[in-house]
Amino acid sequence: MWYAAVAAGSFRRYATYQIATVAGVFTNTVFGFIVASTYIALWHERPHLGGYDQAQALTFVWTAQALLATAALMGSGGLDELQERIRSGDIAVDLYRPADLQLWWLSADLGRAALQLLGRGVAPMAVGALAFPLALPGDPLTWACFLLSVLLGVLVSFALRYLVALASFWLLDGTGLSLISGLACMFFSGMLLPLRVFPGGLGEVAALLPWAAVLQTPADVLVGVLSGGALVRGLVFQAAWAVALLALGRLVQSAATRKVVVHGG
Amino acid sequence: MASERPAARPGVARGRVAAVAQGLSAYGLIVRMWVRSSLAYRTSFVLMACGNFAANALDFVAIMLMFSRIDALGGFSLPEVAFLYGTSGAALGLADLALGSIEGLGRRVRDGTLDTLLLRPAPVFAQMAADRFALRRLGRITQALLVLGWSLPRIEVDWTVGRVLLVPLMVVCGTAIFAAVYTAGAAFQFWAQDAAEVQNSFTYGGNAMLQYPPTVFAKELVRGVTFLVPLAFVNWLPALRLLGHPDPLGLPGWVDFLGPVVAALMCTGAGLVWRLGLRAYRSTGS
Repeated sequence: MWYAAVAAGSFRRYATYQIATVAGVFTNTVFGFIVASTYIALWHERPHLGGYDQAQALTFVWTAQALLATAALMGSGGLDELQERIRSGDIAVDLYRPADLQLWWLSADLGRAALQLLGRGVAPMAVGALAFPLALPGDPLTWACFLLSVLLGVLVSFALRYLVALASFWLLDGTGLSLISGLACMFFSGMLLPLRVFPGGLGEVAALLPWAAVLQTPADVLVGVLSGGALVRGLVFQAAWAVALLALGRLVQSAATRKVVVHGG
Repeated sequence: MASERPAARPGVARGRVAAVAQGLSAYGLIVRMWVRSSLAYRTSFVLMACGNFAANALDFVAIMLMFSRIDALGGFSLPEVAFLYGTSGAALGLADLALGSIEGLGRRVRDGTLDTLLLRPAPVFAQMAADRFALRRLGRITQALLVLGWSLPRIEVDWTVGRVLLVPLMVVCGTAIFAAVYTAGAAFQFWAQDAAEVQNSFTYGGNAMLQYPPTVFAKELVRGVTFLVPLAFVNWLPALRLLGHPDPLGLPGWVDFLGPVVAALMCTGAGLVWRLGLRAYRSTGS
């Protein structure tokens, strides 16, 4: 129940930044229009590129914009606060709390993601659906699978960002690492270009990395490329990465808390 | 006061020059301070500059991946798109380096630290533009210039002196146009403190758009960035002329050379909006 309260608090906290949310929606929508235009040109040159038709490619664009904040595709997503607490030593206070560090931050991240899915996801997607012919599914079951896939994607995204934040226990200044992990996520999640469009071996490798679980899989579920057995495999792929990375996070966390030395007297 | 004005005019002019000089020297001092402080953590600085370089390089990698599947996008070849990419990226990078930090204004209004700047004997604009001056932004500029340099021998242009000079002129005017956008966006935050992200639509969003040929976009979008927020003058219009592509809007030919005029107008407008914003600013007033 503890953690539900943390999640609810985080949800409410992000809900207070209303102007920032509107500004974010505006920016996501503008970028959606720009990227959608380039994809129309790209799919006009090469129809069925990467196995998508044009409507599916456009749906990918707007899904990416809708999930940009939710899945923290550009990194951070509030975990820079944890990084700062580790750097400043405030983490000592957190470790004294009768709550598990990883679960605490996971709950907060889920609350944030839920608000941003509603606040920053729905509106750009709606605008995109009005302005472009999208391939959105008609049956509620696909939507439910998509939401489950988004949840798993957020878990993987959190697990990765949590590891990066914990690295500050050793690095102290984690800015460089955050930057690199943000870039990796931008590139290997499919944000810059769907992984299915990547040429040959690069595409195959990228599809196996954890970042593929953050955006590429949920988008594939929504546009209907994954169905039946492939859909189940996609969700299992996401769940496997989520479990593995969260477990790794636990290991690193226990190593870090054994190591922590709080400065000062 | 009014009767004194004619006599005082030379003095006013001299006063204005002195004020600009004072602003520039304050800007220089603050910039030097931030550069020194960022070079104190040399490894961190190198890492961040490389990251800045890589972040933008990935953008171009995505374009190259696209071109691994196609020969032309909207009728433009890879070198031509690279030319657009380089000119727009360099212009945005230079504007970002010179005064990109100004977008932190909203945060300063929110937490009240803007008041400190108001008390100092230097123009707030100079102080904000130089605030947290980030030399690492050279990463983006370097990357854009490399792409531009790569594209120049590969685009099919019959180079004359005028055409050669057009390229640096584009970058300079583009920098001024983006600088005006940064300033106007920051001034907007005097009223809407949390809306910093809207600015990204026009700076990074504009840059993302200008990297691709105008033929890719719907006419309404192209009209929007020509007449509403005239980013098309950063590189699209002069580049269409240079590369010999027809203008999708069919504007008269002389419009391609209006870059400097548009840049001057935008900078003046942005300056006025900044002043308006600064005047409208009321602190929390405790």
